[in-house]
Amino acid sequence: MASQAATSRRYLIQRIGVGLLALATLAVVVPIVLVLATIFVRGYQAINWEFLTAMPRDGMKAGGIFPAIVGTIILIFATGLAAIPVGVGGAVYLSEYARDNWATRTIRLAMINLAGIPSVVYGLFGLGMFVLFLRFGTSIIAGALTLAIMTLPIIISTAEEALRAVPVEFRTVSASVGGTRWQGIRYVVLPQALPGIITGVILGLLRAAGETAPILFTVAAFYLPRLPRSLFDQTMALPYHLYVISTQVPGMPPQIQYGTALVLLILVLSLSLTATVIRSFFRRRRQW
Amino acid sequence: MSSEATSAKTRSRWGEFFVESGIRILGFSTIGFVLLIFFFLLREGIPAFTKVPLGNLFGTRWYPTFDLFGTLPLILGSIVVTITAIAIALPLGVATAVYVREVAPGWAREILKPMIEVLAGIPSVVLGFFGMTIIAPLIRQGLGLPTGLTAFTGALILAYMALPTIISVAEDALDAVPTSYRNAGLAMGATQWQTIWRVVVPAARSGILMAVMLGMGRAIGETMLVMMVTGNAARMPLGLDALFMPVRTMTATIAAEMGEVASGSTHYHVLFAIGIILFLLTFILNLAAAQAMFRKRRQGGLR
Repeated sequence: MASQAATSRRYLIQRIGVGLLALATLAVVVPIVLVLATIFVRGYQAINWEFLTAMPRDGMKAGGIFPAIVGTIILIFATGLAAIPVGVGGAVYLSEYARDNWATRTIRLAMINLAGIPSVVYGLFGLGMFVLFLRFGTSIIAGALTLAIMTLPIIISTAEEALRAVPVEFRTVSASVGGTRWQGIRYVVLPQALPGIITGVILGLLRAAGETAPILFTVAAFYLPRLPRSLFDQTMALPYHLYVISTQVPGMPPQIQYGTALVLLILVLSLSLTATVIRSFFRRRRQW
Repeated sequence: MSSEATSAKTRSRWGEFFVESGIRILGFSTIGFVLLIFFFLLREGIPAFTKVPLGNLFGTRWYPTFDLFGTLPLILGSIVVTITAIAIALPLGVATAVYVREVAPGWAREILKPMIEVLAGIPSVVLGFFGMTIIAPLIRQGLGLPTGLTAFTGALILAYMALPTIISVAEDALDAVPTSYRNAGLAMGATQWQTIWRVVVPAARSGILMAVMLGMGRAIGETMLVMMVTGNAARMPLGLDALFMPVRTMTATIAAEMGEVASGSTHYHVLFAIGIILFLLTFILNLAAAQAMFRKRRQGGLR
């Protein structure tokens, strides 16, 4: 029958189409696995106690990457210190106070643009404002403030989503027992939204931890085999260190390069795993 | 009511006033930061336009040591790399989003979604390192080129950098297509593939367009990866073979040269001027994407 042939042709096309979709998905996923596997296999031999806790020696060709690890951790904390109050405050404003008007739309537009500004342009801004204009010099504080502004859109949008997810009734009940609007936010809404907010903060800081371009001219020291002494000191940092040893130093042992890449990858992925675990744990536990 | 209680109440009212004003200021801070960034770019970048004649600034030769600041090869370099990257990432990204959202069984979705999140989390310097050490030699040998650090290599890896953005925005767009559209398609006797291809994807096209713009914004602004794998030769990328030759982008130029210039020199100001161009380009791309989003939200389409 003719219609039967047409039907089987349609199902053949369906099979080919879906097959192509699956193929494209594989083309996305397989390279991810390859990247992770390559860096793991080639990097794990480099990782030992000395590599993680010793200063670099011999023009970075030997010894460890301790100052770069510490530098990145300090940068993460300093960035968080600057970004969390502003980010959470901004999210509380958007979810609890902002009305739907042109001013709010301008804020959202600003957030979208802030999220889209290239990382190297953040670097230029940090250099122009914090390093030169405010005379912080090439320092942790200059880099952390630059990174903090870069992470703001991520923190604000995730935290706002968490705040909005808290049902309206929570606010109504708080108001009905005589609480003011701020008391309702402070004692009811914020605690309920806390896991979501923490997730957003981690996602933002994870981005900051892996970025190189914004710290290129604001914090990063090429080679500094000691720990920073204050917030106004330079520091080494993992992503910049990986860039330096893979492009700027000839004759670098590949093992050290892969080891550094692996440490950075583990740091970033464990942060991302933490965020995922917090999110799914509290999503399952919450009552509403 | 005792006077003590009243004074406590006024105090808390004042405290509340200050807290709420503070939150209001923080709420508007993002606008301030965008303006601040633009201001500092202008402050350091405008002198470039007065110090360097426009003919030189938009010329074809970038040799800062000889006072030749032609940014055209850099702008074209960025455009070539970005467009190639999107040409690779768009079909892959949309197909993946469709597969994950429409076809994949539950268990596959549980694996695929975290994998794509992992990709989003890999720092660009790590991808750049991988590209330099693994992909570039493969491309050099496979295509018989003098060097594997080419525009194409950069675009290929850049595509993976842009993929998480494209996939997640496209997925949101597919999510916003009402189930009734799918049911209607199937009820008409269409196969699942026909429903996806003729009904669902066309209904999501404005969201997919938004994914393209956001993806382009990410790709054009990407720095470290591009600097590490595109070879950084500031030459005009003209002709078809330019794709398989080294190229240099705006972002890589800033990142590579800013560390070595004296602040206040002409070269320094020109690098900031390139920053202004980048800022404006991404601003336009994001504005267009935001317009698409606001329009959709008003129609109640994209949640």
